[in-house]
Amino acid sequence: MRTDGIRAERTIAHMARLIRMDGSGHTTLAEWSAADERAVEAAVSAFRDQLDAGYYAVVNEGEGRARQVDELPLDAELVILRRPIAGG
Amino acid sequence: MSLGAPPDGPFRVERWPVGHPPAPLPETAAVYWRPRVDERGLRRRGRVWTLTTVAHTVPYGIASGVLLWLEPLTAPVVFALLAHAWVIPELYAKRGANVLRRRPRSGAGAERTALGLLGDLIGHEARALHARTGLVIERGALGVWLVGEAGAILVRLGGRRVHCWCVRAQDPSLPSADRIAHLLLALRSDEQGFATVANLAFSGARWRVRRRLPPALRPALDAAGAAARR
Repeated sequence: MRTDGIRAERTIAHMARLIRMDGSGHTTLAEWSAADERAVEAAVSAFRDQLDAGYYAVVNEGEGRARQVDELPLDAELVILRRPIAGG
Repeated sequence: MSLGAPPDGPFRVERWPVGHPPAPLPETAAVYWRPRVDERGLRRRGRVWTLTTVAHTVPYGIASGVLLWLEPLTAPVVFALLAHAWVIPELYAKRGANVLRRRPRSGAGAERTALGLLGDLIGHEARALHARTGLVIERGALGVWLVGEAGAILVRLGGRRVHCWCVRAQDPSLPSADRIAHLLLALRSDEQGFATVANLAFSGARWRVRRRLPPALRPALDAAGAAARR
């Protein structure tokens, strides 16, 4: 039981997330790990849907850097979907 | 867990590896007629703003002096002219300070959730400053940025001049911290593109904007000024 618990924690720790910033703060649209093909497929599908809906995807890379992405980076920990910005 | 928080504080000078420039911000396509903002362009725009300020004030000053010399009884007119010379630059500075004006809050739950994400994106010092002022400080290649909900102020290296930009996420339902996170992520993705998309509201001396800011926000501008001098 104890071993299972540790394994479960590790699995959760390595789950990548696709989140969308929206009126609720943010919504988690997909979670995946590279080993789980079905979860990856679902994440890619959700990712494309959001891009089609006009969102942009960004991966924060630390040290004040972020990268705009057009394909779901499966190795990223967190992919954030944002709305376009414009001059006010 | 900190998601990409800088290891040695939020005010580090960031540099892109040679040969790996950031992909342009997609929003720049909507303002294709604007030249991409760069170091040289910023300097030029700063000089133009200074010249404009001089053009708005010096003629009034000269006219006041001449009138007073010709006829001391014109003192009331001279007073009005000098008031114009003072008010016009002040209005511009006020417009610059307004880019950091806070917007109405969303529901408490949404604000809390958004704040959690924003907190994960920034370092400890920036988090503390945000808690005090509602603004996020971020160092870029062009200077030190103060990012608000609907705009940002760029404090140029040296800390004396600021450029105030109006820019916002196109979703009015977003909680405050998410509005900032939108701008922050866009800024981090492509700093020059971010400045290109944004509308320049003011450029001038930092002290001119500072005294037009609400007192609660002034520590953030002071921190950005100090970081820009380092």
